[in-house]
Amino acid sequence: MEKTWNNKAWFLVLPMLVLVAFSAVIPLMTVVNYSVQDTFGNNVFFWAGTEWFEELLHSNRFWEAMARNLIFSFIILAIEVPLGIFIALNMPKKGWGVPVCLVLMALPLLIPWNVVGTIWQVFGRNDIGLLGYYVNALGIHYNYVQDKYDAWVTVIIMDVWHWTSLVVLLCYAGLVSIPDAFYQAAKIDGASRWAVFRYIQLPKMQRVLLIAVLLRFMDSFMIYTEPFVVTGGGPGNSTTFLSIDLVKTALGQFDLGPAAAMSLVYFLIILLLSWIFYTVMTNYDAER
Amino acid sequence: MARIDVNHIRHSYLPNPKKDSDFALKEVHHNFEDGGAYALLGPSGCGKTTLLNIISGLLHPSHGQLLFNGRNVTNLSTQERNIAQVFQFPVIYDTMTVYDNLAFPLRNRRVQEADVDRKVRETLDMIDLASWAKKKARGLTADQKQKISLGRGLVRSDVNAILFDEPLTVIDPHMKWVLRSQLKQLHRRFGYTMVYVTHDQTEALTFADRVVVMYDGEIVQIGTPAELFERPRHTFVGYFIGSPGMNVLPVALEGRTAMLGSQRIELPGAPKAEAGAVELGIRPEYVRLGRDGMAVKISKVEDVGRHKVVRANLEGREIAAVIGEDDEVPAEPKVRFDPAGINIYADSWRVEMGA
Repeated sequence: MEKTWNNKAWFLVLPMLVLVAFSAVIPLMTVVNYSVQDTFGNNVFFWAGTEWFEELLHSNRFWEAMARNLIFSFIILAIEVPLGIFIALNMPKKGWGVPVCLVLMALPLLIPWNVVGTIWQVFGRNDIGLLGYYVNALGIHYNYVQDKYDAWVTVIIMDVWHWTSLVVLLCYAGLVSIPDAFYQAAKIDGASRWAVFRYIQLPKMQRVLLIAVLLRFMDSFMIYTEPFVVTGGGPGNSTTFLSIDLVKTALGQFDLGPAAAMSLVYFLIILLLSWIFYTVMTNYDAER
Repeated sequence: MARIDVNHIRHSYLPNPKKDSDFALKEVHHNFEDGGAYALLGPSGCGKTTLLNIISGLLHPSHGQLLFNGRNVTNLSTQERNIAQVFQFPVIYDTMTVYDNLAFPLRNRRVQEADVDRKVRETLDMIDLASWAKKKARGLTADQKQKISLGRGLVRSDVNAILFDEPLTVIDPHMKWVLRSQLKQLHRRFGYTMVYVTHDQTEALTFADRVVVMYDGEIVQIGTPAELFERPRHTFVGYFIGSPGMNVLPVALEGRTAMLGSQRIELPGAPKAEAGAVELGIRPEYVRLGRDGMAVKISKVEDVGRHKVVRANLEGREIAAVIGEDDEVPAEPKVRFDPAGINIYADSWRVEMGA
């Protein structure tokens, strides 16, 4: 059969190209456009060059938000990953307990983020909140509105409550894929509980764990809704993370130029981290 | 090494077994002699893996006892029984090197590192993987991985028995031969008690001194390969062993004669069958195709290389006969049954023939 050579195939890709253009490329370029200009309203723009970027990289506000964000991501990873593994290891492998546990684990994941924020906002209040009231009744002074440590504790516990399930479910998926023969062989080899974990379960979970860490890192690095609803970034700036700062700059102060510059830097950081994770994961696959 | 007595063991996977059919293992009573090479042969689901796991202690039997050298080990853990087991799919610890994989069972038992090193090196030589010692185990081929699984058993010199659960399933055909003969060699050199589960008759017959044929949760026959071939105790053994399997034809008995439809077949003796459905079993190797005997209609001739398998119809029954590679099928084919190959079965169990 004769092969036909023409460019008709482009028409097949066109809908997708249009979609991507409108959903990603055009918005991104708009942001790039804003980031190199200044405006005082009325759609009048002035060329600003790299001014906003220089200002951003020299501003304490930006680096403090970044530091808070990194500390936050580090803390929740340090809690959620070990806790998730621990829960996954102790979940039943068969019987009626499996669906029960899976549903319980999936529940927090199904709750919309602003609702999670609202739940904890109310839960932690020391006048009507179940948690806040009783913690104070026990004699522990707790007030997330005024005390920045309490605010941090609340935001972290909220994230752990909301997202540990994801780590659990991913680890559990890795665990149930281990054939029984591995556990039987380990018994025959006289392996201790720790050795079974270290040499059988952990290696088999490695891949899903990497994905879990990636997802949780990305999500926590972009966290906005929940702390915004609970603390609004306060008290002071103590829970102002990058995204909250960005929204404050862009929509609160309507500084489009600096906000656009910040978005781009933020975007590049995420791109860089994704690339690092991707490289690590593909290298790991190649090694197998 | 140990002698293993399986003492009236029954096992059910159900919590409250009542009927006979609730049992995966109906009743097994058998002694595995010290240093013997046994094969447990049977179709999938006949209970052979269940029996193996009971011996290794991965399963606790519902009823009965297990003795090692006369000592009751029924309630001991797998580790205390000191058993090695090789599974269907190779189990390796893929983050470890080949060396560490073999050292693992010893280190778990807190053996001195100097002894570990000596034993591991010996074992690496035994399984021909000495040059791979420093390699990560995950990069090996399936047969090398299976050798590591075996090696983790061999490295403990005091194991009571080595159990194999269809170990060659995932191995390439040409490597199967190599591994099987290596196993056989290890058995001869070191005299391990070996129990080998398989559903492949070639594997069972070439590996084992004695083959235990299981069917539907029971042992139907224990014997040497020759015994299983010549005198199957149960029609199942006749079908299952041999290729093609034994011809089993329903007959009526009249003293030393078996009536198959209108045909009369002289028997070497008078069978002592009291009642039940009587059948005559004859292996295709003992069916003689020629110009005299009972008339048959040939339906198919299969050339399988060294010989031909003739499928024919005798008195409305399908039978198979084996003829030589160069033998011709006669124009008016007839068959005779060689009396040496005739067995008589009543209710599927073989009956002896008197004089």
